[in-house]
Amino acid sequence: MDLGTLSGLVTLALMIIFIGIVIWAYSSKRKKDFDEAARLPLDAEQNNTSESEREGKGHE
Amino acid sequence: MADTPNYNDTVVRQFTIMTVIWGIVGMTVGVFIAAQLYWPALNFDLPWLTFSRLRPLHTNAVIFAFGGSALIGTSYYVVQRTCGVRLFSETLTKFTFWGWQIVIVAVAITLPLGITQSKEYAEPEWPIDILIAAVWIAYAIVFFGTIAKRKVKHIYVANWFYGAFIIAVALLHIVNNIAIPVSLWKSYPVYSGAVDAMVQWWYGHNAVGFFLTAGFLGMMYYYVPKQVHRPIFSYRLSVVHFWALISIYMWAGPHHLHWTALPEWAQSLGMVFSLILLAPSWGGMINGIMTLSGAWHKLRDDPILRFLIVSLSFYGMSTFEGPMMSVKTVNALSHYTDWTIGHVHSGALGWVAFITIGSIYAMLPKLYGKKEMYSVPAINTHFWVSTIGVVLYIASMWIAGVMQGLMWRATNPDGTLTYTFIEALAATYPYYAVRLLGGVLFLTGMVIMAWNVVMTIRTEPGTAKAAAAEPKTA
Repeated sequence: MDLGTLSGLVTLALMIIFIGIVIWAYSSKRKKDFDEAARLPLDAEQNNTSESEREGKGHE
Repeated sequence: MADTPNYNDTVVRQFTIMTVIWGIVGMTVGVFIAAQLYWPALNFDLPWLTFSRLRPLHTNAVIFAFGGSALIGTSYYVVQRTCGVRLFSETLTKFTFWGWQIVIVAVAITLPLGITQSKEYAEPEWPIDILIAAVWIAYAIVFFGTIAKRKVKHIYVANWFYGAFIIAVALLHIVNNIAIPVSLWKSYPVYSGAVDAMVQWWYGHNAVGFFLTAGFLGMMYYYVPKQVHRPIFSYRLSVVHFWALISIYMWAGPHHLHWTALPEWAQSLGMVFSLILLAPSWGGMINGIMTLSGAWHKLRDDPILRFLIVSLSFYGMSTFEGPMMSVKTVNALSHYTDWTIGHVHSGALGWVAFITIGSIYAMLPKLYGKKEMYSVPAINTHFWVSTIGVVLYIASMWIAGVMQGLMWRATNPDGTLTYTFIEALAATYPYYAVRLLGGVLFLTGMVIMAWNVVMTIRTEPGTAKAAAAEPKTA
């Protein structure tokens, strides 16, 4: 196998991995976990009361 | 002070304060050397004050002292809150702070003395490099040690970006700085010729990709949703653009060596990867900005959010400009001109500094148990002064750069050069004045911030709420 074929196969493998990541990330099975994960920074400091206050101020 | 039950916020406070201080120091040096380009006599004929020695001091101070302190500080803040645990190892945490400060002071002393490896963004000599490596490994142990003992199952995306930044910078720093010491303050790299140049720019561009991009995207993924009070626009997009970004950045370095002795195929490879980079870069920008979708009015009321969102606009702009400049034909015009300086500052001031400033304004009151910054109108003033400063800076450097490129390449019908180098330099003069003004404005913004930070910390905890409720004057 020459170097050109090898490069082609590596490119193909990387493309398959990338498409795999996209399919994995956008699969409906992951949606619930990702939605929970996305809330992590917001739920972290629930004891901070200033949050709700500033939220109210934003709608003036 | 305001430590939430068991978080280590002492080290975060230390890094945050030093971010503001080093920002002012590094930008002051920047303004001074910008002034030197306009008034060359400002080097006072002293070797320690020459542009060639102060320029690396400026870049090291703003990237590693200001940017580095911001990244380490915010990553400690974010990793604790998204993992629900205190930082791993008190001793190592302390070592990362004091070790990093010693590195900065050592660099600030050795560079003006002319002690340098002459590798861009990697100027410090080998004893300092070893200390940097030690601090960085300690930082990695603290960060990943904290992730390892987390109470939350999922590792939040911000930590992925911070983690990639920590691992990549360790790799880049160590590989690029392998050198053979010949005395305490002199060493020679193990690489030579075009290989040395390629290793250097593999390092140099990934310092942009991982230090100035991945790290600050980590910051973005925590502080933007936090400030908007909404989850990130698309968590799925964050996963895809993370993997795309970190796999592609590694190969873009050769675009710094277009039209040099580097093999042509390597130059073309660098160009192609740089062009592809547009997609994952804009993935991050879109994800950040769209988090505001349905809540755009917040941009009107909240100057902190304005800093964060405008930083993303500058990120989008410079990550469009970068791939364009990596195209070999464009690069033939832009390389070695002030266009490059303009591009760098659109990223460094517009993106890196703005996201840092926004994050600090968002985080600092919480670190000190205050409701909000002492003066919100002052944040707004800071925003506008800085924005005008950046725009003046980059616009003047764009014009100057394109003009220089055109003047350098102009030839007469007989093939001789139309302009001498000094003619191009003379034509650049007015733009150096505008750039200096832009720099002064940006620095002024940082001084306003420092005042606001001091006043916020000094406000009595009991009176903070009452004071915040009163109308304030800036």
